[in-house]
Amino acid sequence: MNAPTLGTVLHAPTSASETAASVNFAYLDERSKRMIRRALLKAVAIPGYQVPFGSREMPLPYGWGTGGIQVTAAVIGPNDTLKVIDQGSDDTVNAVNIRRFFQRTAGVPITTQTRAATLIQTRHRIPETPLREGQILVYQVPVPEPLQRLEPRETETRTLHALAEYGLMHVKLYEDIARHGHIATTYDYPVMVNDRYLMSPSPIPKFDNPKLHLNPALQLFGAGREKRIYAVPPYTKVESLSFDDHPFEVQRWEATCALCGATDSFLDEVIIDDQGTRQHTCSDSDHCQQRRDAPSAGAA
Amino acid sequence: MYVAVKGGEAAILHSYRLLAQQRRGDAAVPELSVAQIRQQMKLAVDRVMAEGSLYDPELAALAIKQACGDLVEAIFLLRAYRATLPRLGCTLALRTEAMALARRISATFKDLPGGQILGPTYDYTQRLLDFSLLAAATEPPPTAAGPTLPPEQSTPRVVDLLNQEGLIERCPPPEGDPEPMDLTREPLRFPADRATRLQNLARGDEGYLLAMAYSTQRGYSHTHPFVGEIRFGTVAVELAPEELDFTLSIGDIELTECEMVNQFVGSPSEPPQFTRGYGLAFGHSERKAMAMSLVDRSLRASELGEAVQSPAQMQEFVLSHSDSLEASGFVQHLKLPHYVDFQSELDLVRRLRAEAQAQSQAAPPPSAATPPSPKAQP
Amino acid sequence: MPPATSSPQPLLRVQQLSKRYGALTALQDASFELWPGEVLAVVGESGSGKSTLLNTVAAQMRPDSGCVEFRLRDGSLADVHALSAARQRLLARTDWGFVHQNPADGLRMDVSAGANVGERLMGLGWRHYGQLRAAALDWLQRVEIDADRIDDAPRVFSGGMRQRLQIARNLVSSPRLLFMDEPTSGLDVSVQARLLDLLRRLTHELQLAVVIVTHDLAVARLLAQRMVVMQRGRIVESGLTDQLLDDPQHPYTQLLVSSVLPP
Repeated sequence: MNAPTLGTVLHAPTSASETAASVNFAYLDERSKRMIRRALLKAVAIPGYQVPFGSREMPLPYGWGTGGIQVTAAVIGPNDTLKVIDQGSDDTVNAVNIRRFFQRTAGVPITTQTRAATLIQTRHRIPETPLREGQILVYQVPVPEPLQRLEPRETETRTLHALAEYGLMHVKLYEDIARHGHIATTYDYPVMVNDRYLMSPSPIPKFDNPKLHLNPALQLFGAGREKRIYAVPPYTKVESLSFDDHPFEVQRWEATCALCGATDSFLDEVIIDDQGTRQHTCSDSDHCQQRRDAPSAGAA
Repeated sequence: MYVAVKGGEAAILHSYRLLAQQRRGDAAVPELSVAQIRQQMKLAVDRVMAEGSLYDPELAALAIKQACGDLVEAIFLLRAYRATLPRLGCTLALRTEAMALARRISATFKDLPGGQILGPTYDYTQRLLDFSLLAAATEPPPTAAGPTLPPEQSTPRVVDLLNQEGLIERCPPPEGDPEPMDLTREPLRFPADRATRLQNLARGDEGYLLAMAYSTQRGYSHTHPFVGEIRFGTVAVELAPEELDFTLSIGDIELTECEMVNQFVGSPSEPPQFTRGYGLAFGHSERKAMAMSLVDRSLRASELGEAVQSPAQMQEFVLSHSDSLEASGFVQHLKLPHYVDFQSELDLVRRLRAEAQAQSQAAPPPSAATPPSPKAQP
Repeated sequence: MPPATSSPQPLLRVQQLSKRYGALTALQDASFELWPGEVLAVVGESGSGKSTLLNTVAAQMRPDSGCVEFRLRDGSLADVHALSAARQRLLARTDWGFVHQNPADGLRMDVSAGANVGERLMGLGWRHYGQLRAAALDWLQRVEIDADRIDDAPRVFSGGMRQRLQIARNLVSSPRLLFMDEPTSGLDVSVQARLLDLLRRLTHELQLAVVIVTHDLAVARLLAQRMVVMQRGRIVESGLTDQLLDDPQHPYTQLLVSSVLPP
């Protein structure tokens, strides 16, 4: 995991009370890291299958990314360059908090540039910039079980996955079309991985689903509270569920990014005055920045 | 802006300063010491140790101070700390029958060997605010006599007395006495055996367990419970190191134990016996131990041949939601930015509304004979 | 009335099935055979073991001893209880149907009628919404449910309608064998009659083999070519329905036929 340190390095913590010299590299003890790595190996060997693991209490609360943090902590090394984003941005408070955690406990170089990172931890978005072989994308997952809202019992869903009985999910999609004329799921849109397992891609907007398919990077998913790890190895088939006559569609905007003019990225809607005037900007802050810095060498 | 382009880090640092201020309160008032919390908020400390799964009254008191008295937050602090501690070994099973009793009561018998020892309890106080506590006491309270029995003498347990007649079920360990699984190391899977369930309940949120237990008394599964015995006192913690051929006591801890005696069951081949529910907690935690024992019994429904009908009998429901860290974390995570997913939902709702409007303004709806068209329902 | 198609080989063979609950013997040495397109009634009062028989044959519970064999589409005879859970569940969703006494047990109550009917097809890999909907409409019509109820959930249906929906949900995958547990109990008399008529028509049209449990001899007379009578866990008499009802040999059968026993 070697990468040249390109791009911005954000400020390291300066106060003495913030150094954590007595803590193991990346916080987790080696035994815990081994346990997580074993789960990761199993997950990579069975794409899309949820591997139970002994999730630890972390200094951040369950539900706030402890799964992603544990996965990152288990795979990160001193030669990695880390990027952390939430809602596509490096500067949301949650991303800042998690990045600070790794700065304190691992001291690895950090970056905001997708291209410069070897390891990217993300909440709810996939970067617009296409990933390369050798990069790892770690997703924070709140609810790993795609069937949970239809069938809350884990004893039942375990059986359904084992027997590849996914009729229940198609029933839900049928209902959506019967009721709304459209499939009503716009994020955390269920996918079939490697033609075998039904998987939750985490609450990324369905706009990002196509990026999961045949991605050259390794995609790892960590759910700390629910204690599950799963993975999509590089170049794996990932298909969003649909009907033949209601094919999967991504969102489109009429607006373009007010900052960089992008027409094909996921746009955030911001209300800028009391009259309710709206402006659209790229959700992926790095992508937007790259486009503004070098408009001729357009990203994506 | 909360999610300003370059403001996230500065906002967080500022929030730390505000938090420290909130924790300190009015600087003119003397600062609370950890020792004061440990001594004078004992019951809070006990709860934090019980749910934090770590017996260290000083650390629990520290967590309470750091958390400004928010016990769920303090429990989180203690658990996170615990997760960093190395595991040195396992103790022998605690022998609560040898407990040095500070309190011991039974509702099933008027009197019994060892007697009813009321001990320190709120049970028979009148809940009137004592305004004299607003001022510091001028004299220390009079010392009360300690336990009436010398500590070396064991007081027989009510369940053992009932057992003499075979009236109550014995709960022998499973065949081969296997080591129980460790919920702090392995994920919970279903179906969970009783040892695992008890572990989960021991760490579970007291308010949640109390509500679940209460539901079992109100007809949501009913097991006619009686308090067989509640004991509170100190118990020795013993290790049997491999290198030595005797056991070492490494200290004493305070425990509260509750044995609940429940509805008898029998079958054509076996005469009826009372059934049991069990609760155990660090420190003086009766409400917790009692609630735990009621829920323990309730979760044994299928093993005792009872129909599983109410939430307190359903393993997956009870055990999946008992951990305050998981519950609090996930509930509160809703405060995190979700605007990307919300954007997607906004999109869809706008689109559906536009379509509904277009349809109502267009030609009358087609007849039933034509191919079905999707209906937009409210 | 003899079965329309006779085949030298039975579709279902049950041999010496037994099941105990603790000290209670619920089922003892039950045996019968069923041919394609044939309807068999299992008759007896409550506690006779007829539901236990149905449930063990339909692989909803394991027997303590005995054997259930089903002829697969390739002609081979499979020991049902020796199949893997996966194969049993597949069988239950495709080649078999099970109509429960209480339709709520056999339906998704909060999902539309169309989805209820389409589910088996979706499980078989159908991925065209329009075709699924068309198939659902076709079946709703066949069980005499109004087409414009297709998007309503069974929670708002009457008992008779729910039962007809349950039948459609089972038949959409063209099963060869249907199990029915007191399908008309709990419905009022006129509704029962309509449902029985429907069942008679469908079993004949589709050449379904059926095992139907009922305490009601009239139901057996109307639907079944053959019948077995159960008392305290055992089959005490079996034969052609008409013969049994007109000329019962076993004292218990005689008792059943001659009096109207409470269900």
